[in-house]
Amino acid sequence: MARRQIQVSIDRLRGHRDTPTPRAQKLPSDDRACPKCSSHYRSEEMRRNLNVCPACGHHFAVGGRERLQQLSDDGVYDELWTELRAADPLRFVDLQPYPKRVEAAEAKGASEALVCADARIGGRPCVIAVMDFAFLGGSMGSVVGEKFARACERAAERRVPFITVTASGGARMQEGVLALMQMAKTIVGFEALADAGVPSIVVLAHPTTGGVWASFSSIGDVTYAEPGALIAFSGPRVIEQTTREKLPDDFGMAERQLENGHVDAVVDRRQLAGRLARLMGILELPEAPPGSLALQLAQNGTERAARVAQALPHLSRRLRDRISRGDHPGGEGGRP
Amino acid sequence: MKPSGIGGRFRRITHRLGGAPDGDAGDIWKAIQLARHAERPYPLDYIQRLMPDFEELHGDRLRGDDHAIVAGIGRYHGQPVVVIGQQKGRDAEERVFRNFAMSGPGGYRKAMRVMALADKLGAPVITLIDTPGAFAGAEAEINGQGGAIATSMQTMMRLNVPTIAVVIGEGSSGGALALGIADRVVMLENSTYSVISPEGAAAILWRDAAKAQLAATAFKPTAANCYRWGVADAVVPEPEGGAHTDHDAAARLLDGYLSRTLRTLEAIPPGERRLQRRERFRRIGAHRELPTGGTAIVVGVDDGQSGRS
Ligand SMILES: [Zn+2]
Repeated sequence: MARRQIQVSIDRLRGHRDTPTPRAQKLPSDDRACPKCSSHYRSEEMRRNLNVCPACGHHFAVGGRERLQQLSDDGVYDELWTELRAADPLRFVDLQPYPKRVEAAEAKGASEALVCADARIGGRPCVIAVMDFAFLGGSMGSVVGEKFARACERAAERRVPFITVTASGGARMQEGVLALMQMAKTIVGFEALADAGVPSIVVLAHPTTGGVWASFSSIGDVTYAEPGALIAFSGPRVIEQTTREKLPDDFGMAERQLENGHVDAVVDRRQLAGRLARLMGILELPEAPPGSLALQLAQNGTERAARVAQALPHLSRRLRDRISRGDHPGGEGGRP
Repeated sequence: MKPSGIGGRFRRITHRLGGAPDGDAGDIWKAIQLARHAERPYPLDYIQRLMPDFEELHGDRLRGDDHAIVAGIGRYHGQPVVVIGQQKGRDAEERVFRNFAMSGPGGYRKAMRVMALADKLGAPVITLIDTPGAFAGAEAEINGQGGAIATSMQTMMRLNVPTIAVVIGEGSSGGALALGIADRVVMLENSTYSVISPEGAAAILWRDAAKAQLAATAFKPTAANCYRWGVADAVVPEPEGGAHTDHDAAARLLDGYLSRTLRTLEAIPPGERRLQRRERFRRIGAHRELPTGGTAIVVGVDDGQSGRS
């Protein structure tokens, strides 16, 4: 097996400073302007209003941990799997080497573009996976895929709802085809939930695009979207470039996607925790009856139970195969 | 061609694989150009050679027929087999008709409709992947391009029948992966599989569409590298000089792999096969794991060798 060593000192990384965006440079560091209505707010004031403009309701971006804090009862949650970090399987270099980009992103405080946690919302336990757009555009690489699948499997085992909040530009280009394959891995994660009969709740935040929209986030059981969130496989800019169509300003926005039939509700962030708690109350799973598949699942883990569940249809199927084989003798000369 | 000849060729190719990804820019660019060669065989070229009795099925049963994807059922080595492929056009007119093999949601819905037929009949599914990506258009978005790709992956993950996905040309982005969830994912010798087309990557990462060659090099999307990473389970040889030089020979080589692999897969009980398929995709990826607490030291990177089935 080809093994490669990567040396990363976290202490050194913590010394790095965030590169300020041009917009941030124009304003005092603790002041933010609303791009929609131009009102100015102290960042503390903004934080208390869950990063929503009190004047016009514009939804600002929320970091992964900040989102967990907003949603969890008393702001308390147990973060999972922070030890998983990006590798550089392609030894990828574009305008700068991939590990440099990761270092810079880690230096801002987040460990990856997906943070997962055990939490309670309105007293109801759940597993939450939140994407962090500030970490390399919330892009989905191997770590995001791995954490996502683990979070689904954990929710399935514990029989608690799985909640995910998305904010992502799509697959992480710097991990090449391995990033693409993480889309499939999220589907595998959802299969664990399907086996266990555990619900998935997707909250689409701005923006949810590319491979994230084309995988788990478009097939949740219940799908909420934040106001004004862009939800698309190809963003409006790409579409305008490829097809030279002029698109309406609200193309792909949550409100339009509600009309298009791709989301169940547009939910204001200030109501989100309440809505999730209420929804979990509706979806609450009954106690598993003794001896049921669900109970085995709780005892033995998802995979074992999946094996049992999948073994059941074989019996009839094998019988059918044998019959159909009899219909076509010699059709499969080399059958072992 | 004698089976032993195919086997010998296989061994030779798999032997030179292993280790770190190949970084020779020239070789990679050559593979990309071969993968997109204008004379390269497309799905219908393989289908007419592998299964002369083939019924093409049309339409998503919802609103139309997406010509970027061809689908149907044919007789293959004595049994019905479903084939779904991304079809490029041979000349300018056909390229437009096929929309350059970039399908909208209707194409994936057509694919899923035919997959359901396969499951009903117990017929294996073979997908032939060759697309620069799913179509980027307003109508495609409104009609659920994202959800169609996701649901196609989910449908393939759940199929009870044996499935093989073959990357025959360029496999780019979610548009390719939508047909790429299978028991075995294999790539022709000169095919490529990547998160995005070189042009798309150049525009996004280098902000310059002219940097396609540079982008292609960085992604290293060759069959050999994908095999190393566990993304491809096997590399199917092409005729000397590339598949475009001899469509008949290319089809024979593919036939050798497909017929042999279908026999192997059919020997596995359906439930076990589904589970293995899931585990296959559950494994793929490379990450570091920090020791918990304190300063990170060193973590090995699995170059994907363990992701092989
Ligand atoms: Zn405002």
